[in-house]
Amino acid sequence: MTMNMIGRVTRLSGEPAMELPGGVTFTGNKALMLEEPLLFERGGVDRTGVDLPPVPDVSDRLAGLGRSAAIGLPGLSEPETVRHYTRLSRQNYAIDLGIFPLGSCTMKHNPRLNEKMARLPGFADIHPLQPQSTVQGALQLIDTLAHWLKTLTGMPEVAMSPKAGAHGELCGMLAIRAALEARGDARKIVLVPESAHGTNPATAAFCGYAVENIPANARGRVDVDSLLARLGPDVAAVMITNPNTCGLFEPDLVQICDAVHAAGAFVYCDGANFNAIVGRVRPGDLGVDAMHINLHKTFSTPHGGGGPGSGPVVFSAALAPFAPLPFVRKSRDGLELVEEWQAHQSSDHDHSFGRMVAFHGQMGMFVRALAYMMSHGADGLRQVAEDAVLNANYILAGLQDIYTAPFADTGPCMHEALFSDDFLDGTGLTTLDLAKAMIDEGFHPMTMYFPLVVHGAMLIEPTETESKASLDQLIGAMRSIATRMLADPDAFRSSPHLAPRRRLDETAAARKPVLGYRDALDAAA
Amino acid sequence: MRYLPLTPADRTAMLSTIGALDIDALFVDVPESAWLTRPIAGLPLHSPEMLVERELSALAAQNLHAGSVPFFVGAGAYKHHVPATVDHIIQRGEFLTAYTPYQPEIAQGTLQVLFEFQSQVARLTGMEVANASMYDGSTAMTEAVFMARRVTRRQKALVSGGVHPHYANVLKTLTQFTDDELVNFEPELTPGRPGDDLAALAAGVDATTSCVIVQNPNIFGHVADLAPLADACHAAGALLIVVVTEIVSLGAIRSPGEMGADIVVGEGQSIGNGLNFGGPYLGLFACRDKHVRQMPGRLCGETVDADGKRGFVLTLSTREQHIRREKATSNICTNSGLCALAFSVHLTLLGEKGLRHLAALNHARAVQLAERLGRIPGVELVTTRFFNEFTLKLPVEARPVVRKLADARVLGGVSLGRLYPGVTNLQNGLIVAVTESASDADFDAFEDALDEVLA
Amino acid sequence: MTRYYTHDHEWLDVDGNSATVGITDYAQGQLGDVVFVEVPAAGTHVAKGKEAAVVESVKAASDVYSPVTGIVSEANAALEGDPALVNTAPETAGWFFKLALSDPSELDGLLDATAYRAFVATL
Repeated sequence: MTMNMIGRVTRLSGEPAMELPGGVTFTGNKALMLEEPLLFERGGVDRTGVDLPPVPDVSDRLAGLGRSAAIGLPGLSEPETVRHYTRLSRQNYAIDLGIFPLGSCTMKHNPRLNEKMARLPGFADIHPLQPQSTVQGALQLIDTLAHWLKTLTGMPEVAMSPKAGAHGELCGMLAIRAALEARGDARKIVLVPESAHGTNPATAAFCGYAVENIPANARGRVDVDSLLARLGPDVAAVMITNPNTCGLFEPDLVQICDAVHAAGAFVYCDGANFNAIVGRVRPGDLGVDAMHINLHKTFSTPHGGGGPGSGPVVFSAALAPFAPLPFVRKSRDGLELVEEWQAHQSSDHDHSFGRMVAFHGQMGMFVRALAYMMSHGADGLRQVAEDAVLNANYILAGLQDIYTAPFADTGPCMHEALFSDDFLDGTGLTTLDLAKAMIDEGFHPMTMYFPLVVHGAMLIEPTETESKASLDQLIGAMRSIATRMLADPDAFRSSPHLAPRRRLDETAAARKPVLGYRDALDAAA
Repeated sequence: MRYLPLTPADRTAMLSTIGALDIDALFVDVPESAWLTRPIAGLPLHSPEMLVERELSALAAQNLHAGSVPFFVGAGAYKHHVPATVDHIIQRGEFLTAYTPYQPEIAQGTLQVLFEFQSQVARLTGMEVANASMYDGSTAMTEAVFMARRVTRRQKALVSGGVHPHYANVLKTLTQFTDDELVNFEPELTPGRPGDDLAALAAGVDATTSCVIVQNPNIFGHVADLAPLADACHAAGALLIVVVTEIVSLGAIRSPGEMGADIVVGEGQSIGNGLNFGGPYLGLFACRDKHVRQMPGRLCGETVDADGKRGFVLTLSTREQHIRREKATSNICTNSGLCALAFSVHLTLLGEKGLRHLAALNHARAVQLAERLGRIPGVELVTTRFFNEFTLKLPVEARPVVRKLADARVLGGVSLGRLYPGVTNLQNGLIVAVTESASDADFDAFEDALDEVLA
Repeated sequence: MTRYYTHDHEWLDVDGNSATVGITDYAQGQLGDVVFVEVPAAGTHVAKGKEAAVVESVKAASDVYSPVTGIVSEANAALEGDPALVNTAPETAGWFFKLALSDPSELDGLLDATAYRAFVATL
């Protein structure tokens, strides 16, 4: 036979090394896990990744106010820029990588059709102050989305401009305040259940209201008796989340709304959890007066690492006249954007509380949300709610024999399942340790320590875009982690071990804040 | 339905695991009066990707987009060329589909980007610290007024007539039910220095003034030295808030920080972000170190992990609503993370060298066009010191002129009539913005069309 | 000098008409690492049982109530640069503020060390 002595040996030779020689790599990298320095350590003021046309020679009109001192902005060439950000991106968890079961955040799949549509030049490359005759298609899109939102919620009016959920809350509460002022009613109190998002009391305070908490009952719902007892001539509004932050439907909401209205107040509904009921329940049928809709939750626009969001607000007939500017309405020549109240006193919006943003809202998010709604249709959206609720109950059923599920005996949950860390009593471990152990298993943890009404809360919202196999894997991993934690707690006190970073020192970050790169740049870098 | 992975068999098996008879059994808490038994009427049923694309493309085609015509519209939003790299990076799923970085061990990508963004914004504005972004420039300005109230424990804010009227309106809306007092100065088209009321503002500052708000370049494009006004504010214990709506200008003119600003807010859309018919945009917010605990919005800070490796976390979060609730500095929860990423990538591509070049190019092109348009009979160049935007006084009302220009497929600026409906002395004003994206042929087309409309 | 305590975990050292206020060792243990303290400026009027200072850990902001009514004479400037003093020396160097008592009879309702220890034991 002929021996090929040149080719590679395909069999392992010798004893396999159990550890990296020396324990560390020269670069600090670990194969695909690549460390990346700060832009300010990598770039230089003399480097750039753009080629621009030459500057024409003119005498400047800056009147001596030209910028002469160094700014200290590092530049990188295009290939270096791509590599810097691509390497950083790989240190992030994302929905595209796996389940992101953050309760109350509705991290569902973000369809790429939406991205493609939002980038059509006819939407992405139009200016908010172009003549309205040149943007009729954009106004039509806003009007169509408004129709979907009003129809899905059963409410007669919608304000499109709020930029996020909390901004929508502000919009709703300003309308309530304006409506009360218009009838000369100086009510000063807003009631908020103790399980509410922190934005609720913060928003009420921003509108000049004092906040009083309403307790939850043993079933994880608003204590209706306490709420009804507190109603009176000083109460302006009740802010209520439905389904609530324990993932439970408020069964007495109709009765609550009736009583609030009878007492001369309004009901603001936090619509963060609309995904659980879209297509199956219209909030308008429950009696609420205002509700924001997070397009970045229910309607799949991407979270982008913390925004941008979009938070249109639907209004009852009682609040509709107080909705903000601008708004789209039909006119003789097509659609018209009404921007300023001085010029456009109109009977249907004559009490508008004014403008909330510089322009007309999050157009880029409107396009994405409408693409999503059209894809699903009225039938598909109903299926969204059903699958979201089914998936959450499947997780509840799969974990409740090990994890403490404080409200499981009151019946099914809606789109998210709530657990407490009581089952870890005696181990010295907490919800935080469990969350960090999930990171090592390749999951993003659930929402921790919210809502505040149960100890060490773990709020799991799978959403409808997870398959059964994905849920089975999460359930299997969480059961395994819990079992191992109870058997050998010490093994879990310092998780995660496998992430790009171990636990970070948040105390040091807060005691001596370092909020930016402060050193001068080396011009020759 | 293409976005829903569960099959009918999965659903049946899962209901059985749960012990529920059917899906309706999971909705038992919904009151009978609100129970819907079929898809909501008045809306279409589900649609294939191809048809959705067709329908939305048809709507998009009805709009006249900036890249297809000579384009000179500004007044708070600007058409700059955005390198292709920017859009590629913000579409990476690890950035696009991540949540707020509440679990720092698996969000270092987003966190390091925010830290770098904060550093870039601080340097650009000439301030010490910047936050991780706000909704847009107008809401950032309003938050700055509230911050000044917390810092000074005073309630009177003086608002320059050179501030974008939409920004001033947002401030008016959000202070109507608070104890804040606004003193609004009137905009004027004084030739040579439109909207320049700095001396009057300085004279108006007293011991009850919380802050003075000015825009630079102002809504008419006028550029001013703010240092004397800053001195007047500081002598009275008030803060100077400077608004920047065209952030590229800071590549050419002295930063607000160098002129003595205490808080700088701005619209960052110009760098990395498209026009998008007004949103999503990017609110910038920067201030001095000593006021950082009164700052609204998210902040990212540097720290170390258990192994001593450098890492980043969201910090000083006790200022925020999820902890402070009704005592928070702001009700804000979301920022503009992905827009901040786009800004940061574009600014990295530019670098100091590229930014200065870009700004110089914008300025020189604007000077060229201003001189050409100023020679048209009856047209007066009102703004003589400017960056890339100036105001013309036409012999007739500008709003119909803008419409006629659009009919000739030229988007020739923003009329003051649209921004200030009913304010008689401003109706002939036209704000013209010039960026690097306008060609010589665009200049010719604009000049010819304006000549013709005014003839 | 007499040491008093409140059910809200503040302590109070009274010396004649003036008093020093801080939070107890038990309170700092519950808060965890303190990262920031906001104390009232000299000259501030504080009222018994009302918010007078704020103490922040990484994930919580807690109000500190004044045990008695009075006018603040001095705030502990050391806490600004070194908030960890509240953890390391809560009942000595980590004091919050000193005040001049407006109504010494308010001291009657406060706890002594034995009573406070007994109270903490029930928590």
